[in-house]
Amino acid sequence: MRKNKWSRGVAVVGAGMSKFGAFPEKTSRDLFAEAFLDLRESVNKGLDPKRIEALYLGNFTSDLFERQSHLAPILASWIGLSPIAAIRIEDACASSGVALRQAALAIASGEYDSVLVGGVEKMTDLPIAEVTEALAIAADTLFEIPAGFTFPGFYAAMATAYMAEYQAPKEAFYHVGIKNHKNGALNDKAQFNKTILQIMEAKKHRAEQKGQPIPDWKNELEFLSDPKANPCIAWPMALFDCSPVSDGAAAVLLVAEEFAHDFNDEPIFLIGSGQASDGALPDRATLSSIPAAQKAAQHAYEMAGLSVNDIDLAEVHDCFTIAEIMAIEDLGFFPQGEGWKAALEGKTARDGEHPINTSGGLKSKGHPVGASGAAQVIEIWKQLHGKAGDRQLPNNPRIGLTHNVGGSGQTCVVNIFERRE
Amino acid sequence: MDESVTICKDFYDALAQDRLPGSHCQKCGEFTIPTKQFCPNCHSDQMDTFDFSGKGKLVAFTVIYVPPIMMAEAGYDSKNPYCSGIVELEEGPRISAQIIDVDVKRPENIHIGSPMMMTTITRGEEEKQRTYLAFKPI
Repeated sequence: MRKNKWSRGVAVVGAGMSKFGAFPEKTSRDLFAEAFLDLRESVNKGLDPKRIEALYLGNFTSDLFERQSHLAPILASWIGLSPIAAIRIEDACASSGVALRQAALAIASGEYDSVLVGGVEKMTDLPIAEVTEALAIAADTLFEIPAGFTFPGFYAAMATAYMAEYQAPKEAFYHVGIKNHKNGALNDKAQFNKTILQIMEAKKHRAEQKGQPIPDWKNELEFLSDPKANPCIAWPMALFDCSPVSDGAAAVLLVAEEFAHDFNDEPIFLIGSGQASDGALPDRATLSSIPAAQKAAQHAYEMAGLSVNDIDLAEVHDCFTIAEIMAIEDLGFFPQGEGWKAALEGKTARDGEHPINTSGGLKSKGHPVGASGAAQVIEIWKQLHGKAGDRQLPNNPRIGLTHNVGGSGQTCVVNIFERRE
Repeated sequence: MDESVTICKDFYDALAQDRLPGSHCQKCGEFTIPTKQFCPNCHSDQMDTFDFSGKGKLVAFTVIYVPPIMMAEAGYDSKNPYCSGIVELEEGPRISAQIIDVDVKRPENIHIGSPMMMTTITRGEEEKQRTYLAFKPI
């Protein structure tokens, strides 16, 4: 049953991103300009910048990362769009997924016909301890942080609850990282565009060159099980269970459906969108799933009039490997408690029954937190247009979903996109 | 002073006296920790303050090898990791705390469901010294 109360439809007519990685020479302005240029090339009928009426920018904390607040008008000006309305939206790591939804609502309301959605984060200027401190303010700083928790720690705690409830071994999580690195190896925008096998072989090669003993890992699982190669960050999450610290930006152009073909012969349409919130981790009804994700997904499916079986691919918020396992259950791809088996059995690979994170996900592509939600849409855009290169899904995917989480699950936003014939 | 700051100060002041304060809803009987002004279950604002027994069970945990600055200053690092967890109190609600007296070298031996009792620890030097909530196995 379709429950779409929007006054008019919203289309995506262009999507682009910067390369993700660690770029000491670049600021968030450079990264956003790079994403905007990439977007411009994707608008196949050409982009008249005068038609852009507002910028909705997702950014978590340029305040702490770059000592720069009030980033939206600065970036609007930087790419020559002043005096359009420029709004920064902060919902931790869900900032740009939420920005996209808010931009769509502004178009659906009739206020704007065309809105640029941005996402940016420049994280690598700070030493790692200060990055950890900056990210920690997305948690409950009065009652969670004094317990010693870090973000890897929150997800690790959810992992222990999940493992106890469903008898999942921690090695099951390795398969999420292995799969996402395989996908990211085919994505030239990814921070780590290498498979874990390639990373392992490179480490062996380096040891050999330095005249050190060559580790005898026979495959990825042996490599990941070696605490020297894959040290523990927050048990049971080890280094290769964690997304990296990244710099990057993404940009998506949304327009009212009636104007979509002015910009692009092949627009895609935002047909479902949902968002929900929750309290800090101890306040949740469950610790082995993310209730806000379930609610956001339900809302988005109802609006689209679709069920999970209609979704051809999904980009999910795999900030940690356990997060992808919970996501594929919360979205309904697999029953609760079965996600870890699905990952282990390859059901989420590009040739599996539900392809998840064909881009490489946050794990391999990188996680510039405020950019991640918008960057998910770039993969959906490419896959629905058959332009994802070597990682392209066969069978002309038509429906793609994005799942973007803020904090340990205090915010979740789900958006569903459709290509029409 | 902002109300939320007051509540937080009350909570930490109570901890220093070995009390674990929260709220009990007069209307529906829901418990919350910390103290809340509105019941998360029925949204009543008739919330009594309530001291929890401090008994509960471990429902989630992690052993942290890469600590935040506060914990690094307390002496923790990858060679000396610590356990943080979530404890479900016997009255129902859950809270985050450091978990002490568990085998952090063998996290697979720390078990969900283990009975826990409230205690307190101090971290920080001189004027930055504060009392924090912790739990230990019973």
